Parts: sequence; C-alpha cells; structure tokens
Amino acid sequence: MRRLFPFPLLAFSLFVMWVLLTGFSPGHVLVAAAVALLLPRVMLPLGWERPKIRFCRAMLTLARIVIADIIRSNIAVGKIVLMRRPDRKSGFIQLPVALRDPYALAVLAIILTATPGTLWVQHDPRRNVILIHVLDLIDEQQWIDLIKHRYERLLLEIFE
Amino acid sequence: MIQAPDLPGWAAIIVGLLLFAGAAFTLVGTLGLIRLKTFYDRVHAPTLGASLGTVLVATASMICFTVLQTRPVIHELLIILFVTLTTPVTLILLARAALYRDRSEGAAHVPADDE
Amino acid sequence: MSALALAYVITLSQILLGLAMGCACFRVLRGPRAQDRVLGLDTLYVSAMLLLVTYGVQTGRTLYFEGALVIGLLGFTSTVALAKFMMRGEVIE
Repeated sequence: MRRLFPFPLLAFSLFVMWVLLTGFSPGHVLVAAAVALLLPRVMLPLGWERPKIRFCRAMLTLARIVIADIIRSNIAVGKIVLMRRPDRKSGFIQLPVALRDPYALAVLAIILTATPGTLWVQHDPRRNVILIHVLDLIDEQQWIDLIKHRYERLLLEIFE
Repeated sequence: MIQAPDLPGWAAIIVGLLLFAGAAFTLVGTLGLIRLKTFYDRVHAPTLGASLGTVLVATASMICFTVLQTRPVIHELLIILFVTLTTPVTLILLARAALYRDRSEGAAHVPADDE
Repeated sequence: MSALALAYVITLSQILLGLAMGCACFRVLRGPRAQDRVLGLDTLYVSAMLLLVTYGVQTGRTLYFEGALVIGLLGFTSTVALAKFMMRGEVIE
C-alpha cells in the first residue's frame, strides 16, 4: 500500500479534483484513478518527508474555529475600512512558537494570513520566532495568547 | 444586460443574497486598498475578497447550478480551495518582498532582521 | 417577479465587483511603490474571477467557471513571479 500510494492524501485530492473538473462518469473516474496513481510519483525524487497527520477531533475543532474567526474578522476589518478610527494602530509582533513540523507551520501561516487582520511575514527557524503583522494592534500580549491558545495547541495535537 | 436564470423563488432569494453579500465584502476589501495609509495595512485588504467574498459568490453559483440542472454541481468548491490556499502564499511573498526592500533601504518603521 | 428581482441583484453585484476592480486599478496606477502595484494587480485578478462567476450565474452556463479558474491560477502565478522578482531581481534562481 505504501509503495502503491507514497502520498495517499495527495493521490486522494488529485482524484477528487479530476472528478470535480471533468464530471462524474465511469470513464473519467478511471482516468482520475490513473492520475491519482501515477502523478504523486513525481514527488518521490524531491525527497520530502511525509507529513505526520493524526486524524482526530482536533481537526474538526480547528476547522470550526477557523471558519468562525474568518467570518468575525471579515466584519471587523470591514468596519475598520469603512469607519476610520483615529486611535487604531497596526504593527509587527514577534511571536515565539512551539511548533517545529514544517507542515504544521505552513498550516498556521495559511490560517493566519487567510484570516483578515493578521498576516504572517517571516519565520526564523533558529530561534523559532515568527513575525506577524496585525492590522488592529491594541494589546500585543492578547494577540500572542489568542494565537497560542486557539491555533497552536490544536496544531500541536494534530501534527506532533 | 438584465438577465437571470429561471430559478424558483426560494433559490432566487438565497442566490441573490449570497451574490450581493460576496460582492459587497469584496468591494469593502478593495476600498481598503484606497483608504488605508501604509503598505503593510493595505496587504490585509484583499483577504476580505479572497476569503468571505469568494466563498459567498462561489456558494451562490453552486446553489444556482444545482437547482438549474437538478443534480449536485459542486465544482465551484475548487475555486474556493484554490483561492484560500493561494492568496495567503502570494500575500506572504509580497509582504516579505516589501520587508526586504524596506530593510535594504534602512526604513525606520520595520523590525530589523535578527538573523 | 422573483426572476426580475434576481436579475437586478445580479447586475448590482456585477457593478459592485466592477467598482472593486476600479479600486484595484487605482492602486495599480497610483503606486506609490512597486509592491503596492503588485498588490493591486493581485486584487484585480481576484475581483475579475468573481465577476466571471457572477456572469456564469447570470447566463446559466458553466463555461464561465472554467474561465474563472484559469484567471485565478494565472493571477497566483503572476503575482508570485512578480513578488519573487522584487525580492531578488530575478524570477528563476
């Protein structure tokens, strides 16, 4: 099984993407299976390590939290754009992280940037500090606590 | 050009609301491009259109075609997936490029490189 | 009745998205620096993609979906290439 599907998640998403793009018919399902079987082999010579993902309840919790946060911060940023507050200030935050797994860090980067109002800028692998930019920076410590407790704890559970 | 698909009333209401909300969120995001003062503030603006704007418009399209063709049409999920995965990558790269340029010019308001 | 109302709402959404593209164009033309222009271009791509999806809803044809997908992917690639160019002065190292 491992030899047939070196990257099972990639093969699965390729299959789903092919079927969604071309429509559901027996012929296309067959082609999609061939694509899912052959294309992930391209990744083998690159020599990436497999992501260690634990499928658990934390994933559902994380998805729920992220969707709720995206809706809430969309409205918050919309308010900032439409009503200029004179006391709003934005700024950079240095945030020490406990995550080491590159895939977990990538997921954290996408979550932080896809949520309006926060932007991942840089990661320093030696000190394990990430640099983020926040649009509405009231209390620096509050943002650090928020990210550490809301996202990082769940990501640690999923990836490590 | 005033034209609309032939949808039943309930679907028309849902599709119209979702489309309007998505377009409005996108417009508010791009207004941010004009109204915010510095580049690092402006980077946040397009995420409005790329997150909720895209999701709402694509959902409206999904509902519209599912009702029209009386079978599940969900390939707009691919647009949502691609946009939510690629926009963060472009914005991170852009912010890093801007930071690099500002640092190499010795701008005062950006954090120094500690590496 | 509901079809006429929906037609007006769709046109209104298209106007809003067109205004969004106008705002993005303003940032592309105005600058002031290269990164602002690239950011405006990226926003222009996303808004144009959404506009194409609304055209798909309006006409009831799935053809526009494919156009939207292509615009989205091309926008991603071009913005990444431009950002890379701004950082290093070359696209492929």
